[in-house]
Amino acid sequence: MSDLKETINHLTRRSSALLLVVALSGLSACATSSSLEQNPKDPYEGFNRAMFAVNEGLDHVIKPVAQGYDAAAPLPVKTAVGNFFGNILDVWTALNNLLQGKGEQGFSDVGRVLVNSTVGILGVFDVASDMGLAKHSEDFGQTLGKWGVSDGPYFFWPIIGPRTARDTVGWGVDIYTDPVSRLNDIPVRNSLSGTRLVDKRAGLLPTDEIVEEAAFDKYTYIRDAYLQHRRSEIYDGNPPRESWPNQPTSDDSSDNSNTSGAQ
Amino acid sequence: MHVKPLFAGLLLLLSSSVLLAQDASPDVFIKNVTEEVLSVVRQDKEIQNGSTRKAIALVENKVLPNFNFQRMTALAMGRDWNKATPQQKERLAEEFKTLLMRTYSNALTSYKNQTVVYKPTKLKGDESDVVVRTEIVQPGNKAIPLDYAVVKQGNDWKIYDVLVSGISLVTNYRETFSREIRSNGIDGLIEMLANKNKQLEVGKK
Repeated sequence: MSDLKETINHLTRRSSALLLVVALSGLSACATSSSLEQNPKDPYEGFNRAMFAVNEGLDHVIKPVAQGYDAAAPLPVKTAVGNFFGNILDVWTALNNLLQGKGEQGFSDVGRVLVNSTVGILGVFDVASDMGLAKHSEDFGQTLGKWGVSDGPYFFWPIIGPRTARDTVGWGVDIYTDPVSRLNDIPVRNSLSGTRLVDKRAGLLPTDEIVEEAAFDKYTYIRDAYLQHRRSEIYDGNPPRESWPNQPTSDDSSDNSNTSGAQ
Repeated sequence: MHVKPLFAGLLLLLSSSVLLAQDASPDVFIKNVTEEVLSVVRQDKEIQNGSTRKAIALVENKVLPNFNFQRMTALAMGRDWNKATPQQKERLAEEFKTLLMRTYSNALTSYKNQTVVYKPTKLKGDESDVVVRTEIVQPGNKAIPLDYAVVKQGNDWKIYDVLVSGISLVTNYRETFSREIRSNGIDGLIEMLANKNKQLEVGKK
């Protein structure tokens, strides 16, 4: 196990070195944020911002398609499409749960796939949830995190979106094992991948306006949210709470000013 | 004739609300607030159709009084909070409140028949700062964890952080805020928040 961890750590380092080369070539092209202090987790901010801009550009094409799908498809159809791809993903979730030693969750996920693929007609109906088998979401990046691989620098990729170095490696494994991307029939593979992308984008539509309005700088907001979210996922929703920074426990404003405002 | 049952009913109502106030554990508190808000949203077609203006009115009435914005702002600013004067703190909390309430109201308009599962919170001793966990359940999708950090204030609990899928809507601003303070000071941050709120106010639907 520790050998494996070592290898993967090494792999992550190697891949970040490779990514660095890519990143540096991007950096020279756009050194806009050089005057600002760098976030230690985001050393390739210049490159990432450029890729973020590319992605925003792509979204001008993908978003309208997703909006059209969201408006035109009746809810049962959307649910069925989401369930179908969700069921395929559940196989991988099950395996990752087992790889992380979470047997109970893993076997529950195996149960989900068995039930939904049969009674749920190829995953179109999520019967398992109604039976009380809750849906989980695990990927190889999380498994690596559980195994102790540190997350490495933050990257923003076109289409794929935000990933740390570790999660980029994890994503590569996710894609390698993905049944849809391994289909031999190219037209079927492409239309399935396309539908999946549109379904995924449509699912994110409600958050668009929230992020747009909440963020001062969309790039930073998404990056910090991603890093928080991944941290929470790796701790399975129970990350250690950050200590309260130098903060008086009293809540009254006048009280605050007595204790701290004076200096 | 009908006075007696009415009176008895009133008495029952009174005593139950007294009981509620006394027994309000943090999870019960979160449940009461959430269900109260959702019962309005479920009946309000305008909010469901995306009326941010109506959602904000609801949030101002039912949600706002349950938050501690000074503590929220302090959490978002980290160490920089203690560098602010009492007047600056007040302005910061006021502007941050306006911004967060907008985000929260916006989120309410995307409500679509989800249900909320409340997880019991066990208090250790006389703990006064805990996280209450809930989950937004939507069929066919993984449940979305929605957690509230609450602090005891007198007999009441007040929310000072909201975490969606582990993302704190408050600390997500920390880097942005500290950058602004380093470049333009506390007053720069106040101005940045005020400008953002003005800009959102103009585009309000």
